[in-house]
Amino acid sequence: MTAELISGAIMAILMVLIGLNLSLFLLYFERKGSALIQDRIGSNRASITGFGKRFGMPNLGIINTVIADPVKLFTKEDFVPDGADKFLHTLAPFIALFPVMITFVIIPFGDTISIGGHKIDLTATNLNAGALYLLATLGLGVYGVALAGWASNNRWALLGGIRATAQMISYELAMGLAIVSVIMTFGTLNLQEIVRGQGGVWFGFLPRWGIFTQPLAFVIFLVAGVAESKRVPFDLPESESELILGYFTEYSGGKQVVFMLTDLAEQALIAMLLTTFFLGGWQIPWLMHDGFHLPGGAILAVPALAVSILGVIAFLVKAVAVCVFLGMVRWTLPRFRYDQLMRLGWKGLVPLGLFNVLVTAFVIVATGKVQ
Amino acid sequence: MPPFLYLFLGALAIVSALGVVVQRNPIHCLLSLISTLMVIAILFIGEDAVVVGFLQIIVYAGAIMVLFLFVIWLLNLQTESGPTGHIVLKTLGSLAAAALAAELSLFLAAPHLQVKMIQEPAGYGSLESLAGKLFTDYLVAFEVTSVLLLAAVVGAVALARRMPNAAGEGASDPRAAGAIRAAQASSRVQG
Repeated sequence: MTAELISGAIMAILMVLIGLNLSLFLLYFERKGSALIQDRIGSNRASITGFGKRFGMPNLGIINTVIADPVKLFTKEDFVPDGADKFLHTLAPFIALFPVMITFVIIPFGDTISIGGHKIDLTATNLNAGALYLLATLGLGVYGVALAGWASNNRWALLGGIRATAQMISYELAMGLAIVSVIMTFGTLNLQEIVRGQGGVWFGFLPRWGIFTQPLAFVIFLVAGVAESKRVPFDLPESESELILGYFTEYSGGKQVVFMLTDLAEQALIAMLLTTFFLGGWQIPWLMHDGFHLPGGAILAVPALAVSILGVIAFLVKAVAVCVFLGMVRWTLPRFRYDQLMRLGWKGLVPLGLFNVLVTAFVIVATGKVQ
Repeated sequence: MPPFLYLFLGALAIVSALGVVVQRNPIHCLLSLISTLMVIAILFIGEDAVVVGFLQIIVYAGAIMVLFLFVIWLLNLQTESGPTGHIVLKTLGSLAAAALAAELSLFLAAPHLQVKMIQEPAGYGSLESLAGKLFTDYLVAFEVTSVLLLAAVVGAVALARRMPNAAGEGASDPRAAGAIRAAQASSRVQG
C-alpha cells in the first residue's frame, strides 16, 4: 500500500514534469518553429557570451526562448489595475493552471515494468473512472479565464473572458462525445486499459490504434482539443487585433507567465490525450511483450525491460510529434470569425459526434461485442 | 478516509457554504458555492462513491455553475452595499433560522440517535456497480428520464426560437435577416 502510494506520487510528479517540459518545448517551437514556417530567422540575439559562436554553431535561440523570455516576464512589475478585484485578479491564474496540472496524472505513459521483482504499472493513477476524471478537470478550466476577464475591470478582458467561457463549454461537449465513442469502442473508462486495447494488429499489419478504429472521433477530438486550448485558429478569446490580449490583457509579470504556461500546458495535455486515445499511447506497432512481430511473420525478440522502456520512449515521441503538428496548425490557419466558431461547434462537431456514437453503438451490437 | 481528513473537509465545506451566504459580491458567493461543491465531491470520492463525486464536479461545478456565472454577468449583479429588506422579513428570517438551529441540536442530542457502522459490499459505489444497477434494474426509469430530458430540450428550443416574421430583427444571422428583408420588400412590391 505504502509502496504503491510512493510510486504513484513519484509518477504523478514525473508526469507533471513531462507536461511542463513539453510546454517549454512548445514555447521554443512557437518562437523558432514559427520562424522556420514563415521563413524568418526568429529569436537569435541572446547567448551566453557567444558560447556557441566560438565553436561555429548557429544561435538556435534556446537561451532567448527558454531562459531570457520567462526571466524577463517574471522580473517585470506585477500590476493590478485600478478598480480590479484584487483577490480574484491574483487567484485567477492559479485557478486556470491547476486543472491542467492535475489532469496530467491520469495519462498512462508506459506498460507494466518489473523492477526488482515489483511490477509497476506506469501510470500515476490507475483510475477505473479515468475518463470521468478527465471530463471533470477539463470542465473546471473555464473558471480561471472567466474570472480573469471579470476581475480585471476592463471591457476587453471581460469580452475575452466571456468568449473563452462560451467557446470552452461549447467544444467540451464535442470533445466529450468523441471520448464517449472511444469508451464504447474499448469498453472501459480506464485510460491504461484503453491504451492496452489498442495493442495488436488487423489484417496482419495495421495497428489497432484509435485513429483507425475511430477516425471521425479523432478528427472531432483534434478540432475540439485545439479549440479547448484556445489556440489559433480558435484564439478568439485572446485575438490581438480585436481584444488586445483578451482575458489576460491586464496581467503582467509572473501572473501573465502563468496564463501563457496554462495555454502551452493545455496544448501539451491535448497532445498527450490525442496520443493516449488515438495514437496507441505507449504502444509500438507490432511490438508485443516478447518482441517485434513483423507483418511478414518474422519475430524479433526483445527483452521485457527493453519493451517497457521502448514504450515510454514511444509515448514521449508521439506526444512531441503531436505537439509539433499542433504548432504547425497554429502557424498555418487564419482565425475563425465568432459565428463560424459557434456554427462549427454546435452545427458541425456536436451532430457529427452524436452520429459517431450512434454508428459505434450499431457496430458494437452488430459484431456482438456486448457483454 | 481517515477521520481527521473527514473532519477537515467537512469544516471546509461548512466554511465555504457560510461564504455563499455571508459575502456581498455575487461572484465571490458563486466561488464559495463552487468550492463547497468541490469539497463535497472530494468527500464522496473519499467515501468510495467515486462516480457520484466525479459527476458532481462535471455537472454541478463544471456546467451549472458556469450557467450561474453567465446569469450573474447578464443581470449585471453588483455588490450589495448594506443591509436591505423590511424589518418584518428580517425578524421572521431570524426566527426561522433560530428554530432550525434548535431543531438540529435537539435531533443531534436525542438519545435514540445511534451511530451504526455498515460494512459496504465490495465494489460499492464503483463505476461497474452503478452501471450494472442502472442498466439492469432501473433501465426503464433511466430511459424514460432521458426521453423527459429530450422533451425539455425540444421545448426550450421551441421557446427560444424567434419567429422569422418579426421584421427581420428576430433572426440572429445577418444573411437570414437580409433574406427576410428582401422577401418582405418583394411581397410589398407584389402587394
